[in-house]
This record gives sequence, C-alpha cells and structure tokens, in this order.
Amino acid sequence: MTTIALAGNPNCGKTTLFNELTGARQHVGNYPGVTVELKEGTFSHRGESIHVVDLPGIYSITAYSLEEIVTRDYLVQEKPEVVIDIIDASNIERHLYLMIQLLEMGIPLCGAMNMMDVASSRGITIHPEKLSKLLGIPVIPTVARTGKGVEELLDAALAVKDNPPPQPLRLSYGHDIDRALDRMEDRIKGHPMLQNRYDPRWFSLKYLEQDEQIREYCKKQAPEVAKAFDEGYQQLLKHLESTLNTYPEALIADQRYGYIKSLVSHGIVNYASHQSKLYISDKIDLVLTNRFLGPLFMVAILMTLYKVTFTYSEIPVGWFETFFGWLGDTAENLLPPGLLRSMIVSGIIDGVGGVMGFVPLILFMFFGISFLEDSGYLARMAFMLDRIFRIFGLHGSSVMPFIISGGIAGGCAVPGVMASRTIKSRKERLATILTAPIMNCGAKLPIFAILVGTFFATARGEMLFAITLISWAGALITAKILRLTVIPGESTPFVMELPPYRFPTLKGLCIHTWERTWQYIKKAGTVILGISILVWAMMTFPLLSPEKEAFFEETQREILKTYALEDSSRVLDYDIPEEELAPEELQIREELLALEGRRAEEALENSLAGRMGKGMEKITRWAGFDWRTNIALLGGVAAKEVIVSTLGTAYSLGATDPEEAGSLSEVLKRSDEWSPLKAFSVILFVIFYAPCFVTLICIAKEAGSWTWGLFALVFNTLLAFLLSAGVFQLGSFLGIGI
Amino acid sequence: MPVIAMRNMKDNQKGIIRAIRAKGELGRRIRDMGLVPGTEFYVQGRAPLYDPVALRLRGFTLTLRNSEADHIDVEVDEA
Repeated sequence: MTTIALAGNPNCGKTTLFNELTGARQHVGNYPGVTVELKEGTFSHRGESIHVVDLPGIYSITAYSLEEIVTRDYLVQEKPEVVIDIIDASNIERHLYLMIQLLEMGIPLCGAMNMMDVASSRGITIHPEKLSKLLGIPVIPTVARTGKGVEELLDAALAVKDNPPPQPLRLSYGHDIDRALDRMEDRIKGHPMLQNRYDPRWFSLKYLEQDEQIREYCKKQAPEVAKAFDEGYQQLLKHLESTLNTYPEALIADQRYGYIKSLVSHGIVNYASHQSKLYISDKIDLVLTNRFLGPLFMVAILMTLYKVTFTYSEIPVGWFETFFGWLGDTAENLLPPGLLRSMIVSGIIDGVGGVMGFVPLILFMFFGISFLEDSGYLARMAFMLDRIFRIFGLHGSSVMPFIISGGIAGGCAVPGVMASRTIKSRKERLATILTAPIMNCGAKLPIFAILVGTFFATARGEMLFAITLISWAGALITAKILRLTVIPGESTPFVMELPPYRFPTLKGLCIHTWERTWQYIKKAGTVILGISILVWAMMTFPLLSPEKEAFFEETQREILKTYALEDSSRVLDYDIPEEELAPEELQIREELLALEGRRAEEALENSLAGRMGKGMEKITRWAGFDWRTNIALLGGVAAKEVIVSTLGTAYSLGATDPEEAGSLSEVLKRSDEWSPLKAFSVILFVIFYAPCFVTLICIAKEAGSWTWGLFALVFNTLLAFLLSAGVFQLGSFLGIGI
Repeated sequence: MPVIAMRNMKDNQKGIIRAIRAKGELGRRIRDMGLVPGTEFYVQGRAPLYDPVALRLRGFTLTLRNSEADHIDVEVDEA
C-alpha cells in the first residue's frame, strides 16, 4: 500500500480533493494528544491500493501553530512515500511559499495546480509545465471540484514514488546566512546524535529561523552543539542588524519570496487583465461587509440559521423522543417491576434517549455552520466582529459558538463548544469553549419560565430579556477574567485570509456534517451511558428502609379499604383516563397518587443525592437554596432538563413534566421557602453553574484534556455560587424581594 | 515618496511595503501571508468598527488588526 499525504494552504481545495478521492471511505480522528483533526482514507487507483492522509491546512512550516507542528512531525516521522502539495492557481505566489519550504525539506513532492477554472475565469493563464521544469517535480493542473485532472495527478504522484529520493532544494539566502548554514551543516553531519532524524541543511536553516522545536531537540540531543549554534546565531544577528537592519528569519523569508518572484517571472503566469479588477467575490463583499449593510445582513443570516435549525429540527427531535418514549414503555411492560426495570427505564433509556434526542439538532446546526464556513462567510463574520470580541480577550470567530450555545436563547452548548473548532487561535479558542456554556441553552429555559412565571409574572418579557443580557455580559466578562488569569498572554495575531466566496459542494457539506454528528453519537453511546446509570443510582440508593416501604403499602391498603370498592383494579390501572372513572374511583386515585408522590419524595430524600442535598444545605443557605433545590440543581449537572422534573419529585408531585408545570408553580408560590429573591438567586445560579455532562465531555475533548472539563465543572459552579450568594445576601440585607 | 504606517492609509489607497518591524510570532505570520518588503497592495476596506483592515495583495484578501498594521511601514504616493 502506498501512502500519499495532501498538503497545502487553507482554502486551496485540499479537503475537496480528499473527499473526491476517498468519498465516504474516510476516517476522522485526532492526532495523538492534540485536537487537530487527522483525516485518513483509502482508495484504489489502477489496481493499486492507496492510503491518503489529509494534512491540516497551513501557510508555512514554522512551529507556531499546532497545525504546523502536526504537519511537520508527520512529514519527518511518518515519511509518506509521496506528498501532493495543492496550489491555488488563482493565487500562486503565496501558495508557492509553502511549496518552496516543502522542497527545502527534501520531501518527495508532486504539485497539483488546482482551481485552474477560477484562474482562467480571472484571465490568468498558468503554465504548470514550466513550473514543473523549473522545480524538477511534476505539476499537474486540476479542478478538484469536478475531478478534472485527478487521474493524471495520481499517475504522476505514483511515478514520483518510484524515483530516487529527491535532494533538498538549496536556495541562497545571502552570503552571511549561507556561510553560517555551511558551518552548521558540517557540524551536524559529524554528530552521531543529530545526523539521522532531520536533513542537516534543513535543520540548520530552521535553527537560524529560531524554530523552538528544533532548538529544543538540539539542546536535548547535543547541548554543546546547541550552545555553539546559539553563539553563532547571536553573532549573525548582530551582523545583520548593523549592516542590513534585519534579522535572519526575516531575511530567509525575503529570499524565499525573491526566489518565487524569479520563478513567476519565468513566464509561469500571464495576467490578461489588471490584477486589481473586482471579482464577483469582491462585489459580494461590497455589500456583505459594508459598514452599514454588513451588520444588518449578519443579523439576518444568523437569525435565519437559528430559526431554520431550531424550527425544522423540532420535527425529527420529536420522532426521537417518541421512539425513546415507546422504548421506555415497552421495557416497562416487558420487565418485572423492580430495580432492574427502574435502571433500564429511568437510567439508561431516559439518559441516553435525552442525549440522542439532540442528534437531529446537531445535524441541522452543523449543516448550517459547514455551509457558512465552506462558503467563506464565517471569516467575514470574524472580520466584522473582531473589534468587539478582542476587548474581552476573544477572537472575532468566537461569535458563532456563543450564539449556538444560546446567545439567542434556546441554543445548545454541545454544538456550540464543537463549533469553536473554527477558531484557529489556541488561547482565544479555549476561553470561548469555557464561556460559551454560560449562554442560555434550550434546556435551561423551562426552569427560567417557571420561576419567572411564578415570581415575576408582571414583568415576564423584561425578566427573560434581562436573563439574556446577564448571560452575554457574564460570558464576556468571565472570558476576560480567564484571559487575565488562567489563560494569560497576548492576543494571538489576527492576520487572516478572507477566502473568496465559493458555493460549497454538497458532498463536502454532508461529509463534514456527518463527521461531527457521528462523534456526538459515539459519546452518547459510551460515556453518557455510564453517567446515566451513575446518576440514576445516586437518586435511587440507598433504598427506603423495609419498615418505610411496609408503611406505604399499609397506607395504600387502608385507602382502598376505606372506600370498600368491589373492584379496585380500575383505579390502579393508569391506562384508564380520569374521565372514565366514577367520582369515587377518581377520588381514590388522587389519594393514591398523592401517597405515591410522598413515597417518591421520601425515597429521593433518603437517596445519596438527597443526603448530599441536605448535607450541602449549610453552605447553600447563603444563596438561599434548601435541600430540594440542591437536589434539583445536582440533577441539572447531568442534564439541565432534569431540574424541573426533580424539583417536582422533591415537592411530592411525582416527576413533573416541564410542559405542564402549573402545579409546581402553585407549590412554589405557596411555599415559605421561596421568594422572588430566592427565585432570582436560583436563576442566576442556573445561568452560570456547571455545564451539563455532555457539554463537559465536549469541553474536555475540544480543549484537549480532562483538566479543562473538570475546571469548567468546579470554576463555573464556584462562580455561580458566589454570584447567587452575593445577590441573595445583599437582597436580604436591603429587604428586596423577600 | 512618503513612508507612513499602514494604519494611516485610506480605503483604496495603494502602497508598497517598505519595512516590517514586528518580530516573533506576529512577524512570522505577516511574512507567511506574503507581506514582505517590496510587496504591492491596496487597502480594500475596513470592518464596520474601522478595525481590522482588509488588504488586497498577490490576488487574495488579507485582514489584520490596526494594532498589527502599526508595525508595517508603507511607501505611498502621497500621505
């Protein structure tokens, strides 16, 4: 099997080519230990089976970004038999910068001159064969979107494999640097610890570019050589500063561009019209990034994405809910009553079903985001909003995760956190991941609705608007705090390309959407299953004592006896609706339900979760929370939807359906425990506290370590508690809302 | 011809890069994207809040923040 790696700048059509080659036979994973995607696939060409790896899109082979380090390590360590470097024919000079660096590494290379159609529509004539001659590698013209030239490209790539390994390209970087490189190269060649892994010339070049990874490696393998190299570098730097007012790294880059200029001037490119002509893409930008119209269009596009996703996904989400409801009922009918049934129905099916219910939502959402990303609009959004987000230590691209997570109330933090992949700057991305869950996801809304409806009925709209404002301000300010404390440092350079608008390919969109959705489904099937069982166990064990159970059974018998019905089976058969019961039967059923509610309340109170809730009361009293609220909030860490239903159980109402929470509202209104101040304190807590488990898992995955998942759990909860306690104490002191 | 900081350029104004004074990661990012001395470009426009700025060079559009453009000296026809 032959291994081919695809390299190239972002937006060069690399992924399109990859999809064209592999179709659905591809596998997406992560490079070990980092969150950079590793895409692999296999296909066969003229009977030969080929393994293809889609390397991350990069502009250069430095060691600054994760993408660059990953690419470099792959090329050096895995030594793919051929690397195809994809060049955008309509933008040849910048793309050649990467190709020159690949040639400097001495990698078996084959060029693909892609987007020939775009170039010719812009009046640019390219002569790949001339470039091929000058560089000594095959360069094949292609149009990856239509598959044109792909066969020829593969033939050429496979031919490269059979050639002897190429010599690294040796450019002249000026007299001073060349001399330094010669000396360093000799030293490396004679050193047993340094001569094998990297090409000596390339190693020296990277050392002069002050490449961190290379310097570390040298220091570890041969400290005395590193010392000599550093001294030599300082001399060279001083010399270049005094004579040319520059430094080695800049000079090397200048020389590379100089070489590219000389290549291009050898008749590789002919421009029929003037370069500064406005292309269609620029004309679109005149409107979409216009000072006044731009923001309006952005709001409209975001609202549309949001509406479409959340409205149309409702129907399939309903199917999922119905299916899991049916599954629960079936299991309940098939299994004998008892712990096993309770675990399977309340633990596994409800837990996993709740998570799987999001699948259509994620599918729709990522289809929309992929469209915006692939079309090039996402980069424009980042461009327009960067000025605002930068104030809080974030990036213009942070807007998308924020909005999806519930910036417009009703989102979901899971796709929100996953959407943060579009942010390329590491620190800004981490800050976004950690703060996006503060937005109000759809699952937080029922508890807000009940509390606002019960305690702030006269100012419903104003309160819900205030909640949205609080979460935006809270998320942005928290991001700023994080960027000043745990994720400190200068903002990452913004320097970003605005790719030309393109109409995304359906194939690309579908593959992209499915990748994300499948990752989510896998999580639901494994981790969530375990957690669901754990949460169920916490709310079930220890069981009520036998004496208690006997007491409830006895009471039930007494109720039935008091009325002395001939046939009590109709009362106990809950499939018979209330309307069909005789008045007396109805009364018995109500008494029995109230009894069952009390039993559930006592069982919950007696369970581990109940005991924890009671145990925490001492502390949570500062924020005004009693043990019932504590249990509900604990359950909310599993999934925010659980808060309302658990509160219902804790108040003897049986598991409350959030849609019909009228009775819970009544109970809360009458309860001495509750006041508008406490309600506000709970609302505040729910906005800020720990994200749900699925989100926590996504945070851990996207941030690349479980530490960050744990951090989100602890930090957010502490922050939420401090805020709630502060407000509650202040309110109590001033006598507001009690 | 006058040399000014890139931040002070007007929309649609043409210029030639004369010097890049940024070092470290920013300097490298700027060079990687093709902004090296001698490069011709023009200012394509600015974001609604006047920052970042969009440049057109070598057939593509590059955006950078004003604070990053401060490190770039540009030769222009008239200041």
